[in-house]
This record gives sequence, structure tokens and C-alpha cells, in this order.
Amino acid sequence: MGQIKISINNKEVKAKKGETILEVALRNNVDIPNLCYHADVEPSASCRLCLVKVNDGLLTACNTKVKPGMKIITHYRELEKMRKINLELIFAQHIEECHDCVWLDNCKLLKLAQKYGLKKDRFKDRKKNFPIYKFGNSLIFDSSKCIDCKNCIEVCKQQGVSYLKVRKNGHMFSVEPDKKRNCIFCGQCILHCPVGAFEAVGEFEDIEKPLLEKKKYIFFQIAPAIRTSLGEAFGFNPGDNVLEKIAASLYRLGADKVFDVSVGADFTTVEEAEELKKRLEKRKNLPLLTSCCPAWVEFIKKYYPEFIPNLTTVKSPHIISGTLIKTYYAKENKIDPKNIIVVSIMPCVSKKHEIGIKKLKINGLKPVDYVLTTRELIRLIKRKKIDFKKIKPRKLDNPFSNSSGAGIIFGQTGGVAEAALRTIFNKKIKIKFKHLEPGIKEAKINGLKIAVAYGTKKAIKILEKSNNYDFVEVMACEGGCVGGGGQPLPSNKKIIKNRAKGILKIDRNKKIRLAHLNPVIKKYSQNKHLFHTKFT
Amino acid sequence: MDIITELKKSNLRGRSGSGYLTGLKWEMVKGAKALKKYIICNASEGEPLVYKDYYILKNHLKEVLSGIEVALNTFKKSQAYIYFKPDYYKEFRRKIPKNIIVFKKEKEYIAGEETSAIQAIEGNKPEPRVKPPFPTEKGLYGMPTLINNVETFYYVFKIFQKKYNQERFYSIQGDIKNKGVFELKDNLSIQDILKKTNNWPNFDFFVQAGGGASGEILLSSELKKSISGIGSLIVYNTKKTDPYLLMEKWADFFINNNCDKCVPCREGLFRIYEIIKEKDLKNPVLKDLFLVLEKTSLCALGRFSVKPFSSLIKKWDKLKFPSIIKK
Repeated sequence: MGQIKISINNKEVKAKKGETILEVALRNNVDIPNLCYHADVEPSASCRLCLVKVNDGLLTACNTKVKPGMKIITHYRELEKMRKINLELIFAQHIEECHDCVWLDNCKLLKLAQKYGLKKDRFKDRKKNFPIYKFGNSLIFDSSKCIDCKNCIEVCKQQGVSYLKVRKNGHMFSVEPDKKRNCIFCGQCILHCPVGAFEAVGEFEDIEKPLLEKKKYIFFQIAPAIRTSLGEAFGFNPGDNVLEKIAASLYRLGADKVFDVSVGADFTTVEEAEELKKRLEKRKNLPLLTSCCPAWVEFIKKYYPEFIPNLTTVKSPHIISGTLIKTYYAKENKIDPKNIIVVSIMPCVSKKHEIGIKKLKINGLKPVDYVLTTRELIRLIKRKKIDFKKIKPRKLDNPFSNSSGAGIIFGQTGGVAEAALRTIFNKKIKIKFKHLEPGIKEAKINGLKIAVAYGTKKAIKILEKSNNYDFVEVMACEGGCVGGGGQPLPSNKKIIKNRAKGILKIDRNKKIRLAHLNPVIKKYSQNKHLFHTKFT
Repeated sequence: MDIITELKKSNLRGRSGSGYLTGLKWEMVKGAKALKKYIICNASEGEPLVYKDYYILKNHLKEVLSGIEVALNTFKKSQAYIYFKPDYYKEFRRKIPKNIIVFKKEKEYIAGEETSAIQAIEGNKPEPRVKPPFPTEKGLYGMPTLINNVETFYYVFKIFQKKYNQERFYSIQGDIKNKGVFELKDNLSIQDILKKTNNWPNFDFFVQAGGGASGEILLSSELKKSISGIGSLIVYNTKKTDPYLLMEKWADFFINNNCDKCVPCREGLFRIYEIIKEKDLKNPVLKDLFLVLEKTSLCALGRFSVKPFSSLIKKWDKLKFPSIIKK
């Protein structure tokens, strides 16, 4: 039903009602050049590269819906010429820094420039002296790379943050941060910028820093959401579990030990379940809000501070495992914790901000010394010419090598809530969610009312009726950490969904699926204060 | 009386520049099924040296409001707006009856393009929307919307009164004595307009016809045709005109007033400005820029911005301007 026929380049193709020309073309392997298009953002049609001839006129393929009988021509000489000129204009407003770009080998602009044989010297760079902005310890916005498509403004608005806006400088508008607003460091701008104008702090100039720490033990720990995404840069599909290949690569890079943050997640789960029980008993500060997503915590702190008391005081998984490494593990192995460098590999840029929070220090030391994003590790692996495809998998190190399934599902939306419920009810439960809208769902289990959301703007809807809930999980990014701001590019809903599927598969294959049944929990749970922090 | 039939019979075309048949537009809005419809009177004329809407508001406000009233009576459950540029807002808002909502346009933006006006009224940055859908099917707040210019509503009322004599308003400016706005037959040649208004120059001249910045350059020997667009006519004394300065003025107007959304208009006009500043008119890039502006711009502002430049350069030698030097 809803099928229609159109013709593209004189070939009949089937399309669904409501699809755009570009969607149909891409599905049928017809290559229409495009740049500002992002599958998850309302098209702005501003780059004009996807113009195609529709019947007798020119229309942008990204936002033109198909109609029965449409005759579309995607390539002819004059159109190609116009694409080339527009491309040249775009290139002249973008200061290239290709050796240091988040798009790594996937830059659409560079590929198009090469394909169209662009002459790069017909115009002077328009944005040569445009400013570079730093947002906390997490993000860099180099406005000299911006091509004014405004996707970043759109996603920032979609997050309910609107930290980015346009301002008129002289005779032209440009994108800049709004001083009256605050960035929450989710990094969605990175994932939606077609030309790499946004990047994480240190990406990629500081990625070798952890390796240069001489005479120190370098311990890496890998976040749950990395294992099903990092492979994408090396020919694996989104969702393929490459955890032990990552571990092997890290050893090759000089790691002394490689741990799994999912074990830290097991600790978070057990503590959070306990905290929830206590609050339910006292009926105090409900609903309990998860706090393992630092961007969500920032959102609460900066825009909804009245909910700070609701945030769980339990530390996030990698902070807990970092803390345990620098306390118990150091003691057991007779290492001075000062000589330990903990590096977390994270799908996230807000984690870069999190490790700088002073309250999290343990005996004067940061629990985690460096955060590298998935992209940064990919870059490091490539730079050191490690053959990831062929590298022999290697097991992770004890005692933080084996998590429960609950610790793994932290990597995707709903995982933290489900992990806690498994512990509370002491069994793998099936939660029947009611989907309120994409990104928001709620459920009632044995009288416990929970809600799960991703995207901070959507979370507002839950906060508005917070009295209805006991326990609320929020992740700032699409689909949870699998869609995090530190993940490989391109990133869109479809890719993110597949990464999440991979995560759920790992959980299904785990022998232990309840966090509190992980034997490592008992071993290190004496000092409860290690697991808690305070938000102000 | 069926006003739509009358409008169609009259062949009235919109006076905002696009020249779309008013009767057809009204028919589309009438035919669209919706719970609510909107009417917008566009009073945001923005091109330099064009004041005809101002003249009409000043001298014939009653007729314009009556034209809007005709629309309100034609479309059931409709709401009317007047979209004023700031100085017009200041001057006329108190004279508008309460059943019509007055809206003040933002100062910096051209925002006169119909979908930009809709964006602005909705509280968004005034950038053009992609058409289709046209405002007649999905306009203000997603509802069928009739958007007509001040002058168009004036003539709608004339047609309603059966007093329409196929006339239009001409805004005549430049190096002439009898400047002003004149109501004359709509098919007059430019030559006749200048003569009838006592403005035919006794010196070498050329004109810019159609729009104050986007109008085409015509030689004094090319004035046998009538004016389209917004009925603007600017006369230039050839000997006293510096063509580079003139082009710079246009380019400056465009780069300051476009919305910067699409690449050809934002970047292309900026590059044209650069090239004109450097008097580098032989630069082959210029033709490329004209091509993408005319063919690939998102809205009419970009598409129509080429004409003055290309026509002036084409007629450069005939106007005996100093030869263009290759840089």
C-alpha cells in the first residue's frame, strides 16, 4: 500500500508515498550529490547540491516528496556545472583541516571536491579569521569550518538547549554560541555537522597524550557502547561486537591492562537499585533520576535545578571502576595509585567534562585521567597502523573483565532502568513499555512506575509530570550512548539502532544477566561512600 | 457578485513582483479545504527607491482595507494580517481596524518574500520556505493563506466596485525632476510613462525598470516595452553615473538584505560584491556566479538579483562607459 511509480534517469522505480526523492534515489543506488542533508534533521535545502530536474523544473531532492509519475533527471551537463560552482562556493567558506577532522576518511565535502575536480583557488577563504569557541572541557566549535547549513542549531534546539544561534556580523549571519544559554556537552552538533566544524576537546591533537605518560601504568577501560560501533571504521557493520579486538589494539598501543566499564556499570546498578528502594521507603526525592549521563546532569543543573535532589547520587560506571582501580586494585597489586593512568574509551564528549569534576576525586586523585572518544581511539589505531581487521582478539583483564548482561545494556536507551529493575526484582524481567512518542516510553511493573527517555527536550515532558513516576532514566543522545557525541561518523537513527541491537545480543548471550550476581560486586562493596557523590 | 470570477476576468496580476494572476490565487485559497484560512496584506516593500506601497497606504488606505475586507468576506473563517515594514507600521498601525492584526517586520531582513513573511509572523527567522507547498495550500500556521501586496488589494477593491481601468502604480525616481508615484495604464511603454509624467530627459540616460535593485537595465532606445515587477522606474544620467559605484550599491543592498540561507545567494552575492569592489568584471567567475544565482537560488530574491548586473555589463559599451580592464 502507498506504493507509487516514478522515473529516475528514465528508469522506472518504486517509491513509497511520503518518501523524498533523495531517499528513493539513495535506496536505488542513484548517487545524488548532497552535503547539508542529514537523515535525522528536517532538510534545510541550503547547499543546493541535490537539485535535480523534476519534470521541467529544478527541485532539491532532499525535501521534495515523490509524486506519482514524476520524471526525475539527476545528472546532465549544465546541472553538473552548477553543482560544481556551488561546491566551489561552499569550499571557499570552509577552512580545511583534513588531517585533523572528525570525519576521518568519510568527508562528503572532500569526496565531492575530488569527484568534481574542484579548482580551489578561484576564491579567497571567506572565513579565514573566524573565531574558535570552546564549550567547557568537552567541545570545540571552529566557525571557520562552518558552511552555514545550521544543522547544529536545529539539533541543539531539538535537545531543548538552543545554545547555538545565528547572529548578524557585518552583512552576514554566522553561527555562534548564545551567551545567555549554556551548553550541556551532549555533542549532537558534532554528529550533525557535515563538515567537521565541531569536535571534542583534544580531538585529535591530544590523543597520544595518555601513551606518553612515562613510567606509569596505563589502564584502559572500555565503555559498553563502544564495542558495537568502533568496528564501523574498519569495515565491520554497526552492531558487530569487536570488544576483544579493541582490547588487543589497546595492548598493541601500550596498555598495561584493559578493563570493561560494564563491570563499573554493575556497581552503579546495584547501588542505584538500593538507593531507589530507600527513597521509595521514605517517599523522598521521587522520582529518582538516573545520573550516569553527564549531559543530562548538566541539563538538569543548568535548566531544571529544582530536580537536582532527584538525581541519583551513584557515580557513573567509568568513574566507579576508575575509583576501584585507584583504591582496591592498586592496593591488591601493590601499585602506588599515583602511578596509575586510567583512560576511558567513551562514546561521549560530556565524559570529558565529567572527569574534571573535583568532587569525584579520590584521595586527591582523579578516578579517570583521560577520556578518549570512539573516534579518537579509531584515529589512534589508524595512526599507529594497527590492522584492526586482522588483529587477534584478546581477553580483557581481571577483575574488571566480565560484567553481567545488565552492565552491557547501559550502552543503549532503557538499559540503566532495566538493569536496576532486574536487581530490584532479582530476575530478568520483561518490561511492557507504552511508547508515548519516539524517544519517550513508560511502564508499570509491580506498582513501580518508570519512564525512559532519550533526548533532553523529550525528557522535559517527563519532568513536567514527574509526580507520575518513581524512577526515570534519561540519556541525552539518540538511542542512548550508542548514539553518543563521541561515536563514529556518519551517525544516524538507522546506524544507532543497529548498534543497540548488537548490545542487546551480547546481553542475551551472557550467563549472568543480573548485576548483583556478578561475583566482583561482593568483593569491592564494603566502602559504600566510594560509589556516591553529590550534585549541587 | 462573484469576486473570483471578476478578478479572473480583469486579468489582474499580483503587484509584488511575481505577477501571478490574482484570480487564480484567490480561487486556490477558496478551493482549499481547511478550518481556518489566513489573509496577509504584504506592506513590506523593501527595494531601494521604491515607495509605491507607501504612497498607496498614505493616499488610499481606505480602498486597501476595503480590499482586505472583500477577501475576509470571500474566505470563510479567515483572519487577516497586515505585514508592515517598521516605518510603515509606525505610521499606519493606528489606522487599521481591530479585526485585522498588524505585524511589524524585523528591521534588518528583507523578509518581504511571501514565505519569509509567513515565517516571521510565526515567530521564526524570516527565511524563505521551500515551495511547494505554496502558501495557498499550506501557509501561515499550516493553513491556506492568501498573501497579496498592498497595491493588489487596492485594485481588488476597484474591481469589486467595477471601477478598475487596467491601471497600476509606477514609482519614478532618479535623475529627473518630477519624481513620484503615478497611477497610469498598466500597458504603457516606459517611453510613454516618462513622457506622460513629464520626465523624458534631455540628456543621455538609461533606466532601471522593474525593481529598485533587481530591475533590468534598459537603454533609452529600448523603452518601447512596458514595466513588469513592482512598477519601479529609475532614470540615470549616463554621464553622471559611475557604473561601478552603482553596481556596488546593488550588491551592498543584496548582501545586507538577503537571508543567507542558501549557498548561491549567500556566497554568490558576496563574491559578486568582492569582484565589483575590485572592478574585476572580466573575471570569468562572474558568469558562473550569475548562472547559479539565477538557476539554483532558493527564492526569488537570489534569482532576480542577477538581472541588473548582467544587463548593465552587457550594455556597457553602448553606454560608453570606460572599457573594462582585465585584471
